[in-house]
Amino acid sequence: MLTFILRRILTAIPTLLLISLVIFFLVDLAPGSPASEIPLTVPAEVRAKILESMGVNDPVYVRYGLWLKQFVWVEPLNLFDHFFGTTFAEGQQRIISYQTRSPVFDMIVQRIPQTMTVIGTAYLIGIMIALPIGIYSAYRQYSWFDQAGTFFAMVGFSVPTFFTGVLLIVIFSVKLGWFPSIYDTTLKVEDWESFLKQARQMALPVTVLALFNAASISRYMRSSVLDNLGQDYVRTARAKGMSERTVLLGHVLRNSLIPVVTVIALGIPSIFGGAIITEQVFKVNGLGAALIGAIHANDLPMVQTLTFIFATLIVTFNLIADILYGILDPRIRYV
Amino acid sequence: MPDGAQPVLDVKGLKTVFRTRGGEIHAVNSVSFDLRPGELLGVVGESGSGKSVTMMSLMGLLPSPPADVRAGEVIFEGHDLLKCSDEHLRSVRGAGIGFIFQDPMTSLNPVFTVGFQIMEPLRKHMGMDKAQARKRAQELLELVGIPDAGQRLKDFPHQFSGGMRQRVMIAIALACDPKVLIADEPTTALDVTIQAQIIELVRELRTKLGMAIVWITHDLGVIAGIADRVMVMYGGQIVEQGPVKTVLGNPQHPYTRALLTTVPSVRGARTAKLNTIEGQPPILKAAPVACAFHDRCPQAFDRCARENPARIPVGGGHDVACFWDPATNGARNG
Ligand SMILES: Nc1ncnc2c1ncn2[C@@H]1O[C@H](COP(=O)(O)OP(=O)(O)OP(=O)(O)O)[C@@H](O)[C@H]1O
Ligand SMILES: [Mg+2]
Repeated sequence: MLTFILRRILTAIPTLLLISLVIFFLVDLAPGSPASEIPLTVPAEVRAKILESMGVNDPVYVRYGLWLKQFVWVEPLNLFDHFFGTTFAEGQQRIISYQTRSPVFDMIVQRIPQTMTVIGTAYLIGIMIALPIGIYSAYRQYSWFDQAGTFFAMVGFSVPTFFTGVLLIVIFSVKLGWFPSIYDTTLKVEDWESFLKQARQMALPVTVLALFNAASISRYMRSSVLDNLGQDYVRTARAKGMSERTVLLGHVLRNSLIPVVTVIALGIPSIFGGAIITEQVFKVNGLGAALIGAIHANDLPMVQTLTFIFATLIVTFNLIADILYGILDPRIRYV
Repeated sequence: MPDGAQPVLDVKGLKTVFRTRGGEIHAVNSVSFDLRPGELLGVVGESGSGKSVTMMSLMGLLPSPPADVRAGEVIFEGHDLLKCSDEHLRSVRGAGIGFIFQDPMTSLNPVFTVGFQIMEPLRKHMGMDKAQARKRAQELLELVGIPDAGQRLKDFPHQFSGGMRQRVMIAIALACDPKVLIADEPTTALDVTIQAQIIELVRELRTKLGMAIVWITHDLGVIAGIADRVMVMYGGQIVEQGPVKTVLGNPQHPYTRALLTTVPSVRGARTAKLNTIEGQPPILKAAPVACAFHDRCPQAFDRCARENPARIPVGGGHDVACFWDPATNGARNG
């Protein structure tokens, strides 16, 4: 098992390198110059100096090498310093945003909590409603519950989140005034009242994302449970006199979760993508909003870094899915 | 078997219908039989003759829909299993009546250890705690001849061969000392030497534990070897029933006679090719109004197409559902 994980991590490294290369060069090809962010009133030679100091005149492979080194070495050291108060990374140049002239990772560290609270909660809630719905829909296939589930799932993943988001805003904040339509990132949860406020401002974005995620996961769960209900071992369990509860929640559930857990793990990185839109709609100042802002501002280091972080997440969760698969299914052997 | 003994299982007028998109399929049509204590009842018939559906209907193991058990009575220990509460039915399943299925490769849950799967009914029906159940599970594995039983309890089904898995299934079915064991083609999926071992095992267990067994098979040779009584099924009905020696020695129904000629003989002279019964078994879209076998039957006459024959006793606990009498090669009286 351990060797399997190590080997998988080792094989992931070349993959990630290749991805980083592609991302860096593709983004680098984008038109526009960091100079456009410098006010026109700045004299030409000063402008040249600034550009020089930003390193934009170096050949692209030099910049790639530097960026990669910063990404895998300098920035993790900085994070370490940040958490433990050490000074390992002192004096090393960090990845600097064209936009703010401050380290890209400072911004990311700032933005992560917003994204995690909204998206993390949404995904968890999505899973928690999707699994029971999937199980019950399969158990009572073609019942009205199942039909309703099918209908909502279809609506759920065919209607884009920017539409449901705006719709919910129109109904619940504009018409009814129950929830705020804009997410206040500066809100700090200190007491019961601010907690309620936080919960209220999270309600709409979380609902939108949770419904979207629940729609597809509940479908996967349903088909997986249906698949397993027809298996011979279910008949054996019934022939042993097991209650329907044990049959469904013991025997069938455990088997049905095997493929669904993979889907859930693999879905985690992609919800960041979906969140980009939701964050825009609800003005959540998270990573997605940071990426969009950086693209608008031609902030290449920010775009490259964020995109590569998403890519790393995808590769990581792939690995996690594989490991979970093996834990749930005893037939899988790590060789 | 003394004729007067109270049957452990008494089935009367069982009817099972499948509701499918193409209409109804009458898979079991007024099947009645009983099973006496300690007896081994063989059930034979072609594929599709309704053997499995009959046995699963008894215990409510068919998925509904599409299956619908329309009529009948299944008396076990004074209760009608078709009408009793779900709770009572579950207490009979696995405890009073054990079931072994055809395909050992898929009949065990792949994600639970074999030990867990044997212990489940023990804990549920016998109220054992974990330690007691484990001890008993180990005894059961030893009983069905799995070496190193204590260790193997921790193994998963995929770590066992087909024959070993079927032994595990037998251990599960026997876990709570059932009065009745229903074995639905327990050896069909196994190769010949393993088949022989399993049959030998069941024969042994039967003398040791004394339960009554229903043994479904295609193999008349096996029936001849182990059964006390045999029941021949065709088109969802019992067409002939009686003690093994009489039925195989003096078959009354043309279908039974045909089945017997299809058994290749190892010792006797080789026939040029294997005998087969011409035609296909019927798929009944409605309750039968004629003999289900008449269009394949060499002896059929006009009455067979008009009327479905009832089972007529021919003496010695032997009965047959046929208008033709092999003794006279003409119509049977009555
Ligand atoms: N789920 C189902 N839906 C519709 N018809 C079914 C279903 N299951 C069984 N049948 C029908 O019931 C009839 C009897 O099937 P059954 O499985 O009892 O045969 P069998 O005698 O056990 O055959 P085999 O020897 O192949 O196991 C068949 O004609 C089959 O078409
Ligand atoms: Mg069958």
